[in-house]
Amino acid sequence: MTTTSSTPAPGTLPASRRRWSPRRRQRAFRLAQYALLVIVLVAVALAIDWENVGTNFFNAQAASDIAALIPAAFLKTLEYTFAGFAVGLSLGTVLALMRLSSVGLYRWLAIVYIEFFRGIPALLVVISFGYAVPIAFGVNIPSVTVKAALALGLVSAAYIAETLRAGLQAVPKGQVEAARSLGMSHGRTLRQVVVPQAFRIVLPPMTNEFILLTKDTSLVFLLGLATSQYDLTKIGRDALNSAQGGLTPLFVIGACYLLITLPLGQLARYLEKRTGARSRT
Amino acid sequence: MTATSPTGTPVVRIAGLRKAFGEREVLTGIDLDVHAGEVVCVIGPSGSGKSTLLRCVNLLEEPTGGAVEVLGVDVTDPDVDIDQVRTHVGMVFQQFNLFAHKTVLENCTMAQRGVLKRSAAEADRIARANLERVGLADRADAHPAQLSGGQQQRVAIARALSMDPQLMLFDEPTSALDPELVGDVLGVMRDLADGGMTMIVVTHEMAFARDVGDRVVFMDGGVIVEDGPADQVIGAPREARTRTFLQRVLDPTHTDVA
Ligand SMILES: Nc1ncnc2c1ncn2[C@@H]1O[C@H](COP(=O)(O)OP(=O)(O)OP(=O)(O)O)[C@@H](O)[C@H]1O
Ligand SMILES: [Mg+2]
Repeated sequence: MTTTSSTPAPGTLPASRRRWSPRRRQRAFRLAQYALLVIVLVAVALAIDWENVGTNFFNAQAASDIAALIPAAFLKTLEYTFAGFAVGLSLGTVLALMRLSSVGLYRWLAIVYIEFFRGIPALLVVISFGYAVPIAFGVNIPSVTVKAALALGLVSAAYIAETLRAGLQAVPKGQVEAARSLGMSHGRTLRQVVVPQAFRIVLPPMTNEFILLTKDTSLVFLLGLATSQYDLTKIGRDALNSAQGGLTPLFVIGACYLLITLPLGQLARYLEKRTGARSRT
Repeated sequence: MTATSPTGTPVVRIAGLRKAFGEREVLTGIDLDVHAGEVVCVIGPSGSGKSTLLRCVNLLEEPTGGAVEVLGVDVTDPDVDIDQVRTHVGMVFQQFNLFAHKTVLENCTMAQRGVLKRSAAEADRIARANLERVGLADRADAHPAQLSGGQQQRVAIARALSMDPQLMLFDEPTSALDPELVGDVLGVMRDLADGGMTMIVVTHEMAFARDVGDRVVFMDGGVIVEDGPADQVIGAPREARTRTFLQRVLDPTHTDVA
């Protein structure tokens, strides 16, 4: 019997199938990715005018000019964020429960609210709070923080409600049935079984909501701020108009925002790991 | 320890029970009485309504017709305090359903504390006693995810027993287990039956149904086809449908069914 290349010996693969192993292919692919990255970095580095970048983006004089304003603005940004989140979380929880209610009207109202505030730019809501609400309701909210919290919270609540609803619904039905079969009431089951498990599920998306809210505080200047009420973005924009040193203030401000958001992401990952490691089924 | 001559009111009295999901009638008239101390095993093909029947007893499913009386309480009464009834009726699920965010011990104490209002010390003591009973006293501080399926199911039994139930419902408690873990769980259930617990057990374990069950109920197509002493229903079934089913279950490779 003659053996050609198309009919291999019994018990062996045909010769044409003997290619690079998956491991070798993977290694080659990884090398190609590194090579691409190096090429891009070198190209960018060569294309940049480093001298101009230094004077315009990393200007020491401009940075120190703005530095004095930063601590107060940093705290104001945090204040607007936390106040907005408090409103967003409270209202979002109510909306999520309405969304899951057995009363059809509640579900419908929640959906209308969510679709509305999710659909319009946060900018419009903030402006409304600055001008439209005082006119429409005849009230003038004296505190900028309260105004900011309401405006940002109303928008944030729409997103938070959807996040919470998804989290509550992601808890397996069997968990609820087990609790109810032990004689636990609907409310007790929600409190002791569903919410604690939903907490772990919503932690990452809630971190997202918080970070988005942090950045949305850059809109509060639309409410009209006194100097002492300036947030980070506001002082950045002002510095941009007045100072030398080009875009340096923006870089400084950007770093400040990262100073808030990066630890948050870290904290969320830590909490997620801590609560998830022992309870994942 | 088996109640062969039942006396007094039944623990469970089901009459003309109907259940429909939308248009589809899943239970079409079930009559079943279970007396104190009795172990009733429910067998039948997939989709015949066994789980639905069991879940109508503690109202995890709401009957669409007929009467269900549990421990003397009509649970089909719209104003029934079902939580009160459920406190006395333990349920064990196919998928264990242990609270994933709680330890084994906390799983067994949560409802004792919250529902029965027992003190922390008492709940703890009762939980540990029941964990001891199912052979898992040493795993009290573990989380469910750290246990095998067989261990999880035994914890689920201990959790139900910690409420001092007068009736236990089992829905295919060993169907999700690896074969070598089935024995441990069935052993616990056998001890429970020997101790005089009233039990309704949906199962595919024919040997268990025959040995431990006082009665076996065969369901098919939403009705009870045959109901009788375990030995008779499994050993010498009267109905042709029961015979066909048992042949398929006991000898699954045998395809030559006329
Ligand atoms: N929540 C539900 N909604 C709609 N149909 C359902 C629901 N629960 C069960 N059914 C249907 O009712 C029928 C009986 O289901 P049931 O779970 O009681 O069967 P079973 O005898 O327990 O089967 P198995 O041995 O597979 O567990 C099935 O056809 C099923 O599809
Ligand atoms: Mg079933």
